[in-house]
Amino acid sequence: MSGSLTDDSLASAGQLRLTWLRFKRHKLAFVSLFIVILFYLVAIFADFLAINDPHAVDARRGYLPPQAVHFFDSDGFNPHVSGMKGQRDMKTFKQVYVPDPNKKLSVTLFARGYEYELFGLISTDRHLIGLAKPELLDGIYLLGTDALGRDLFSRVMVATRISLSIGLASVSLSLVLGILLGGISGLYGGLVDLFIQRVIEIIRSIPTIPLWMGLAAALPNTWSVIQVYFAITLIISLIGWTELARVVRGRFLALREEDFVIAAELVGASQFRIMLRHMLPSFTSHVIAAVSLALPAMIISETSLSFLGLGLRPPAISWGILLQDAQNVQVLAGAPWLLLAAVPVIVVILAFNFLGDGLRDAADPYG
Amino acid sequence: MADTMVETTRPIVSVRDLAVEFRQHTGIVRALEAVSLDLHPGRVLGVVGESGCGKSVTARAMLRILDRNGSITAGRVTLDPGTAAEQDLTALEPEGAQIRSVRGGRIGLIFQEPMAALSMQYTVGNQLMEAIRVHRDPGKAKARERAISLLNEVGIPRPETRIDAYPFQLSGGLRQRVGIALALAAEPDVLIADEPTTALDVTTQAQILALLRRLQRDKQIALMLITHDMGVIAQMADDVAVMYLGRIVEFAPVRELFKHPQHPYTRALLRSVPNLDATPRQRLATIGGAVPQPGSRPVGCPFHPRCPEAIPGRCDTMVPAPVPPGAAGASCFLVEDAAA
Amino acid sequence: MGYSFRAEHSAPAERARHWGNELEETYRMLMYIGRRLSLALITCVAISVLTFVIIRLPPGDFVDAYIANLASTGSSVTAEQAQAMRQEYGLDRPVYIQYLLWITRIVQGDFGVSMMWRRPVTEVIGDRLWLTMVVSFAALFLTWTIALPIGIYSAVRQYSVGDYVATTLGFIGLAVPNFLLALILMYFGFRYLGLSVGGLFSAEYAQAAWSLAKVWDLTKHVPLPAAVLALAGSAHQIRIMRANLLDELRKPYVITARAKGIPERRVILKYPVRAALNPFASSIAYVFPYLVSGSIIVSLVLGLPTVGPLLLQALVAQDMFLAGTIVLLLGIMTVVGTLISDLLLMWIEPRLRLTGRS
Repeated sequence: MSGSLTDDSLASAGQLRLTWLRFKRHKLAFVSLFIVILFYLVAIFADFLAINDPHAVDARRGYLPPQAVHFFDSDGFNPHVSGMKGQRDMKTFKQVYVPDPNKKLSVTLFARGYEYELFGLISTDRHLIGLAKPELLDGIYLLGTDALGRDLFSRVMVATRISLSIGLASVSLSLVLGILLGGISGLYGGLVDLFIQRVIEIIRSIPTIPLWMGLAAALPNTWSVIQVYFAITLIISLIGWTELARVVRGRFLALREEDFVIAAELVGASQFRIMLRHMLPSFTSHVIAAVSLALPAMIISETSLSFLGLGLRPPAISWGILLQDAQNVQVLAGAPWLLLAAVPVIVVILAFNFLGDGLRDAADPYG
Repeated sequence: MADTMVETTRPIVSVRDLAVEFRQHTGIVRALEAVSLDLHPGRVLGVVGESGCGKSVTARAMLRILDRNGSITAGRVTLDPGTAAEQDLTALEPEGAQIRSVRGGRIGLIFQEPMAALSMQYTVGNQLMEAIRVHRDPGKAKARERAISLLNEVGIPRPETRIDAYPFQLSGGLRQRVGIALALAAEPDVLIADEPTTALDVTTQAQILALLRRLQRDKQIALMLITHDMGVIAQMADDVAVMYLGRIVEFAPVRELFKHPQHPYTRALLRSVPNLDATPRQRLATIGGAVPQPGSRPVGCPFHPRCPEAIPGRCDTMVPAPVPPGAAGASCFLVEDAAA
Repeated sequence: MGYSFRAEHSAPAERARHWGNELEETYRMLMYIGRRLSLALITCVAISVLTFVIIRLPPGDFVDAYIANLASTGSSVTAEQAQAMRQEYGLDRPVYIQYLLWITRIVQGDFGVSMMWRRPVTEVIGDRLWLTMVVSFAALFLTWTIALPIGIYSAVRQYSVGDYVATTLGFIGLAVPNFLLALILMYFGFRYLGLSVGGLFSAEYAQAAWSLAKVWDLTKHVPLPAAVLALAGSAHQIRIMRANLLDELRKPYVITARAKGIPERRVILKYPVRAALNPFASSIAYVFPYLVSGSIIVSLVLGLPTVGPLLLQALVAQDMFLAGTIVLLLGIMTVVGTLISDLLLMWIEPRLRLTGRS
């Protein structure tokens, strides 16, 4: 956003500013915006917020229920959690770990924990909270642990990063496809438009999940986590671009009739220039709205695929992968906290929907 | 000067001090204030004014079909006043059987936009027969016969096939004829036409007006013709009520109004009508300013901010007395002063 | 509109014009149906190509996979046998020939053999395809019956408590992916009611031959998965119905209807609701593919004997003929379902019926 303010950047700023003012009146959408920002902050600082190494396995502390942090004890303010003690289960004769109320472990801010790289650059082992004196089996398990004794809270934090970024990556790819094809469709019209419209109609009438499953299952087992990540992104966006293309085309058709575009044509501006300088800025707000409505669908897609075991594969951690552990009713009955991994999914999808609705109303109060 | 004597027969509808308010998120908007008017059998009352002055609201309030956020806060709408059958429409249940028997049955309504006023989902016959059968059901076959004869009466050629057409298959003029047939379906004795020709081209306008005039005379209907077009008023009306910002500012028989307009607003309206007697290339007069936004109505006489003759200190502080019902007059201090 | 009646025409010319119009109407209607049919056909071809791609995607050809599969169970195939199989399936010929050979077999009803089950694919799929459709159609039906009245209520009583409740529930319905909803229902059913939610049949009917009792048993089991599937779609459709009806309620023809003296309920139901039904019905055509999609994943969670779990197994085992057939048949059935709803829309919308466009 640098350079001098020319006349049309002022005009488009005016449009965006108007949209923003209208948007602020939409309270639910405004709150949702903050929730979404919060989620992305979690994604960025996932490792810092995580308490325990999300990959650290220890079967002895499997299926620990969520643990509460006590802020006060008889000595006043002293945030602590209970430690664990080994016990033999009288029915199964297995060694299990249960909270020991007599063993107090102090919790501090900016504690040392596992090593990670902040922003992928700075190597550090500081975490927002942690035990003052780390011990082998003890730890803070705010949301409990899974079958392998991995800390669900830390895993949810790290999963947020992958699930949100894969949504963002897919939506960006869809957006490129959507603007390109929707733009061509709306700008040239005629046979090209007809053809693209038919393609969109065809894609929309195909049940997508079986198709994704087929494509995703065909990814070689030997692929690395990164390769699979990009392949899944591609698969999701290949199917998700149609709605964005529809919005872009609709805006193009409407804008083509607008006076200022006709004026630019009469003055002799080239098609490409008209598109870039005059048309794109004026529908930015519509596209932003469409994107924020498309994002939840992308997130659900990834979650569904990973849930089925056809999306991302462990050791990658995403919300879908976390929920995969909660597939079985018997498991759920014993460890219902595993379902907590669904909460961020639901909250973020809800927030994106409200946000998108608010943005759409703000961008087009009459449409 | 027999013309200045306003109708002496008994009115069939008499509106007294009608006030309507709309709740909006910006606050309460007063749309009508103390509107009084009478409709007489066999006569045409023209109601004229700029858009937003409350003409359509008056019509809808009389039939109790205001939008959900609108309500009648004062006044009466009396049907058959002074007879044994007299009833006050404002006192009836808004969705009850009594008011419904008045809608269509006693008072028919014709709309501005023939395109939007008919449903595109049903045939002309379906919509027409429904209007016939709501009030006195003669059975399906009889209703169809009557629908065909109604279509014939409003000048639709080949009504026996047109009855099965959908409105989108008809031209604008034919659609408006269907609209009139719809209003006449249950033989009402009062007809309210809300800008019936605004959406039509000039030739069709003339045809529709002629049709309305003929039907009104033949059936001795009391017609309330709402328009913003002084030309239509001149051609159709017997008496004229001029409305401005929810008030009737002048009432007079049509010739009197055109010859001796009293209210400055009426004079301004008349000056803005093209006139064959005018000098060639003379500029058409316009009324300065615009109708104020609803909700920000001026203190004092509502017209004073646009009135060239407003008396400072008087017109902007006090409201002139309303036009007395049933007599010619204007709601203006200038007129009051001249009479005194 | 294209054409219109005008009062000026003489009677004979009128009549000729009228017949012309009727012919034109029939022509336009046939054009519309033709357009829909050809689009459906093209879609089926597109689906078949995609399916073929999916079948071909895993490394190595199907004969390799078959041999490997046999080897894992101890039996083996001679080189000649392998060659013969390759020839039979045209695996030594260009890709498009392979596609044509494959599609020819499909059209003749030969879907190939499932490697995992060593039985013809059609036999493996059996009733599952129909059960998938039963669940999906039940969900479609539920979507209509939930969304229509609630959408109407929300619009007619805009900003009432009921409207807010419906809107909130609608948003939650949109936000909870249906497999999560299935999981949550299962958990609560199991934990608090001691029910095992899931399946489409009680234990005694699962393997039994079809009988009236089995159909009745199925009828009792379908509503829950159908409701799980229908929730998100209904939420979407409620919003569409509400928005459209709010638009329609403002239109002058509603006042015309009121001014006739018709009871309010009839005014609303006959006129604006009828008009708002068209965008509702046409958008519900897009709900069907979505429901079929959803049924796959919900079936996995709820353990329904539909094609969903079979598809997952087949994909994991790379039993590509089975997987491909399921994807193809689901796609085609969806297209047929969508086509039917398109034609129904034409039937209820006079303007579409008479002019071929809306």
